Amino acid sequence: MHPILLIVFLPLLAALVAGLTNKAAPSVFAKAITTGALFVSAALSWPIFLGFVAGTYEPTVVPVLKWVQSGSLAFDWALRVDTLTAIMLVVINTVSALVHLYSWGYMDEDPDQPRFFAYLSLFTFAMLMLVTADNLVQMFFGWEGVGLASYLLIGFWFRKPSASAAAIKAFVVNRVGDLGFMLGIFGTYLVFDTVSITEILAAAPGMSGATIGFLGYNVYTMDVLCVLLFIGAMGKSAQLGLHTWLPDAMEGPTPVSALIHAATMVTAGVFMVCRLSPMFETAPVALGLVTFIGAATCIFAATVGTTQWDIKRVIAYSTCSQLGYMFFAAGVGAYGAAMFHLFTHAFFKALLFLGAGSVIHAMHHEQDMRYYGELRKHIPLTFWAMMAGTLAITGVGIYHLGAGFAGFWSKDAILEVAYGRGTELGNFAFWMGTFAALLTSFYSWRLMFLTFWGKPRWIESEHIQHSVHKTPEEAGEDTTGGYHPHESPLTMLIPLGVLSIGAVLAGQVFAPTFLDDAAFWGSSIFYNEPLIHAMHNVPYLVKYAALIVMVIGLVVAWYAYIKDTSIPAKTAEQLGPIYRFLYNKWYFDELYHYLFVVPAFWLGRQFWKIGDVGTIDRFGPNGIAWVVEKGSVGARKFQTGYLYSYALVMLLGLVAAITWVLF
Amino acid sequence: MIQTLAFYLFAALVIASAVMVIMARNPVHSVLWLILAFFNAAGLMVLVGAEFIAALLLIVYVGAVAVLFLFVVMMLDIDFAELRAGFVKNFPLGIAIALVLAAELIFGIGAYQAGQLELGVASGVAAPALDASNTASIGAVLYRDYVFLFEAAGIILLVAMVGAIVLTHRRTENARGQQDISRQVRRNPDEATVMKQPEVGRGVDL
Amino acid sequence: MDYATSFYFTATEIGLSLCGLALLLVAGWQGNKSARMVTIISVAALFGAAIFSIGLFDRATGEVAGRAFGDLYRADAFGSFAKVLIYVAAAAVLIVTPRFFERIDAYRAEYPVLMLFNAVGMGMMVSATDLMTLYIGLEMSSLSSYVLASFLRNDERSSEAGLKYFVLGALASGIILYGVSLVYGFTGSTNYAGIRAAFEASFSTGALFGVVFVLAGLAFKISAVPFHMWTPDVYEGAPTPVTAFFASAPKVAAMGMLLRMAMDPFGGEADAWRQIVIFAALASIVVGALGAIGQQNLKRLLAYSSINNVGFIMIGLAAATPGGVAGALTYLAIYVAMTIGSFTALLMLRAPDGTNLETFADISGLSTKRPALAWSLLALMFSLAGIPPLFGFWGKFVVFQAAVQADLVALAAIGIAASVIGAFYYLKFIKVMFFDEPTREVEATSPVSHWVVLGICVAIMSPLGYLLTVPLGEWTAQAAASFVAAM
Repeated sequence: MHPILLIVFLPLLAALVAGLTNKAAPSVFAKAITTGALFVSAALSWPIFLGFVAGTYEPTVVPVLKWVQSGSLAFDWALRVDTLTAIMLVVINTVSALVHLYSWGYMDEDPDQPRFFAYLSLFTFAMLMLVTADNLVQMFFGWEGVGLASYLLIGFWFRKPSASAAAIKAFVVNRVGDLGFMLGIFGTYLVFDTVSITEILAAAPGMSGATIGFLGYNVYTMDVLCVLLFIGAMGKSAQLGLHTWLPDAMEGPTPVSALIHAATMVTAGVFMVCRLSPMFETAPVALGLVTFIGAATCIFAATVGTTQWDIKRVIAYSTCSQLGYMFFAAGVGAYGAAMFHLFTHAFFKALLFLGAGSVIHAMHHEQDMRYYGELRKHIPLTFWAMMAGTLAITGVGIYHLGAGFAGFWSKDAILEVAYGRGTELGNFAFWMGTFAALLTSFYSWRLMFLTFWGKPRWIESEHIQHSVHKTPEEAGEDTTGGYHPHESPLTMLIPLGVLSIGAVLAGQVFAPTFLDDAAFWGSSIFYNEPLIHAMHNVPYLVKYAALIVMVIGLVVAWYAYIKDTSIPAKTAEQLGPIYRFLYNKWYFDELYHYLFVVPAFWLGRQFWKIGDVGTIDRFGPNGIAWVVEKGSVGARKFQTGYLYSYALVMLLGLVAAITWVLF
Repeated sequence: MIQTLAFYLFAALVIASAVMVIMARNPVHSVLWLILAFFNAAGLMVLVGAEFIAALLLIVYVGAVAVLFLFVVMMLDIDFAELRAGFVKNFPLGIAIALVLAAELIFGIGAYQAGQLELGVASGVAAPALDASNTASIGAVLYRDYVFLFEAAGIILLVAMVGAIVLTHRRTENARGQQDISRQVRRNPDEATVMKQPEVGRGVDL
Repeated sequence: MDYATSFYFTATEIGLSLCGLALLLVAGWQGNKSARMVTIISVAALFGAAIFSIGLFDRATGEVAGRAFGDLYRADAFGSFAKVLIYVAAAAVLIVTPRFFERIDAYRAEYPVLMLFNAVGMGMMVSATDLMTLYIGLEMSSLSSYVLASFLRNDERSSEAGLKYFVLGALASGIILYGVSLVYGFTGSTNYAGIRAAFEASFSTGALFGVVFVLAGLAFKISAVPFHMWTPDVYEGAPTPVTAFFASAPKVAAMGMLLRMAMDPFGGEADAWRQIVIFAALASIVVGALGAIGQQNLKRLLAYSSINNVGFIMIGLAAATPGGVAGALTYLAIYVAMTIGSFTALLMLRAPDGTNLETFADISGLSTKRPALAWSLLALMFSLAGIPPLFGFWGKFVVFQAAVQADLVALAAIGIAASVIGAFYYLKFIKVMFFDEPTREVEATSPVSHWVVLGICVAIMSPLGYLLTVPLGEWTAQAAASFVAAM
């Protein structure tokens, strides 16, 4: 049996067992079985990945079951294992296993733990299905599976209205993207007459320049298909326009955010674009769009991130922004760099989320950074883990030393390749990316400073007030309110430690492989050799750009949040409209509310009141019920009980029958 | 010629008396009209050469059934006024239905285009007459070909009898005319009769 | 004509008649003391007749198709199938009968004897291949039915039921006789084969009128709309066991007779009568469903239910194909089991003082007092409504399938839609039994005999019944093929 079968199906099995036993068994049973399964999967994934790194592993396709045979439409359940899949396998399984372990501690007091762990494993299975898909339909199955699991997990605390609403929002916004993906799949089948990814990619170069009638215009076939597919990717990866669900999704438990909204599901879009990179390479317009959207998301999310107070929201916007990097890397043709950033980002972003979870755990579920401060001394292990994550995300590293944290390697590569591409869009992306890196540095350090430095401001928090049973007035001078943050249990610290190692070393170790090793990638993505050369030959200023802006961001953040803490409020006041614009996330939610939600509700109400109640119900069920009621009264009245009327009816019937046959 | 004349006479009288059966005000009159209808029907049977059936009609229907019927009707207490009220109320509708049905039947069956009247001959696709007398033929058919149905018809009569008894017969201890069959059968002349020799002009003392 | 063969083919009728005559003598001599014994012997005789009919099932199709007494009577697969149903149904009803009458001391030894003669008549009806046999069988069955309906002669409703049934039945008989005379007049034959041959030669309007009259008269017997008016009154008024009988065996007999008549002598002219049958079928479904809504008396409700079901059976007839006949027979078999089960359950519903309960108010909250009975009724009602896991669905399925295969898609569609109306009052049963508050006391136990009959019916209706689909399909297909063989 191929290990990939175990890797993919163990989580499913664990999810089924845990979900079906639910509360019938002690929760430790569900926790142990799911976590165990994930650790086995993770342990089996690494040899495959390292095999590809060493170049000893050949891509294979493992058949599972026949699925559909209908005319020319034929596809099976099959698991495809190649470089791209192997990267995703280690990312998903490692992060998922660690998140499972982390949840032992984080969810310890929750009464519904078996359900939570079952959902987590189910999500992992769906994600694995997505990345091992050998055809677009199977990929779509995984795609929808992660959507479902994400919905369940975001709404895990479904008794909380905001969590329920966030879950619905995530699902609905994803459906918009999914529609694009579906149309893309339909269109691909229409054009290529197959849904097998291998066959599509083999045939894609031949379709370059072909045109098709679409919405009355004659357009390039591949551009249409790739744009549709990219809309799907935008939904899942929360790119500008379809990003609104991601910040709200922070309503879910923090481990969920770490797993789904940092390392795995949101990267599905990037994965899909890379998986179909030979297709995208034949679609210059679509690639341009990918670049533009990626760069725009990158800068947009970074600007919003600078103004948020909720620690998880800051990281969520940061994720959004980092995904933008990946997309514009893919857009300019550096799929390897995109995947590399995905890989490193998975570690440090999961680390940041889990670290934030640890902070929240320590601070009695307070998420607002305004009420933190000085935590460095109270939860040192968490602090160091967060520090590693922050150094990684801000891209600390020095080119000439050839040393840096994970983010340094991947982010620098992306900026260099965007510059090295030499096109206008590439330059645009470069400048946007660089500016975003500045903002990234600023909001990341802002997060660090607000949380771990300065004076404690805990007593302002309602959560803390509840905990210590004091109001700020009662506490007086003691701004801690007498609250004692405590370090998280071992189950939460171990994942932080492991991920810290990843955040520090992942770039250093794997950069040569991901960026320069064409043999490593094989045929799994479109590998642009000249572009990599161009990337290496950019000016030093470009190579140091990331470091420079990082330092600027650090200094500004230090000045504003350590040196003179009155600056942020003053700046916000001076730049009132801009601040509010950023603080309200560019008013996207409001815009969508008036643009889509309100008209949709209006239309729905019309359908309901006039269409359903007024027409269908009135003439349908209710009307028929009325007729039946009247009819039954009539039928009873007809039955007089008199013999002669019965005889009369019989004779009338006879005459009617005779008349009928006569004419 | 005379046969044709007789046919139309009998036929007209059958229909007329049948109408009168329904129309007569007095049920006793109705039964009498019915008897007249039977007579005329018997006449028609004679015309087509079915003497046995004609005789049966007279003996069974006129002689037994109709007379029994007459007695029953005379003994029943029928409120004629009430009957008539319902009759009058529904008369127009009834007549309308009857007329429609009649018209359709006449039209449908095509009675108006019937051919020449043929009497005394077996016509059409009916089974050929046996080379025997009426009585013998009927006997042969009844007891040989249709014995199954004949016996079944007998059972129907039995069922009717059983039904009548079940529904009306009430066994009460001291009812008059209670019949003890076994006692009746057990009787012998010695117990039942006594020899007396009364003197002239004097009664018998029992 | 070989009398020995003829006697063999008609052995069930002859045997049951002789048995009836003998038992009549017993009843005459022993009086009502013998009622129980006579009942038991009658049940045994009916089962014996059923077994003998099974024996004829295969034999009768091969050779000369079981013709007896010339061609007055035919013992073929169709007849055998219908007769097994009839005899078993009559026997089952007889089993649950005595207890009902004994409570009021009204049981008499003539009752089972009349049932036997009734069964003889019904057997003749389904096997008749001559209009005269048909009429005599019909009268034999009808006459004993009239008596049975008014068997509780001191009960006003029972007497009224018997009288109404008798008068309207006589009218229907008159209509049939008139039709028979027309058919005979235009074809010169009362024999089915002869009529068919004559029709093939020429089919005049007069003959058509005859066909319509005969079919109209038969429609009375199966209580199809618009000849259904007697049904609710008679079913409500007649003693409950008699109603159970009316709703089961005579329905099979009349339907069998109608099927044979429509398919054999009139089979060549299906286009002439199909429209009427379709109309009657739909009208029966709709009127049966509408009439049942709002009824408080359960017997009356089941009367409308039987009208409704007859409509579905007639859909099979409207198809006028072997498949349609097979479908109708399948439906009949299932219908008989459902009906007997329902009425048996009704007979088991008694107040503590022994009076029978028969209104909705009486069964409210039954599930708490008699759970087994309530669940049995639930299965039967769901089955009558044709809800899938239960076997009642299969009957509806096969007739609709036949209709669709005969290109009567609209008929099937309307029939399915109308069956939804019917579901209403069947579900009302469930609602009242399971969700309403109990209002009155009910007798806590029922005799084993009733449980056995009910148990068998419920078992057939349960999903276990689907085990029967294959054999039932084969039997009905073979039965339907007997007409093809006769053609």
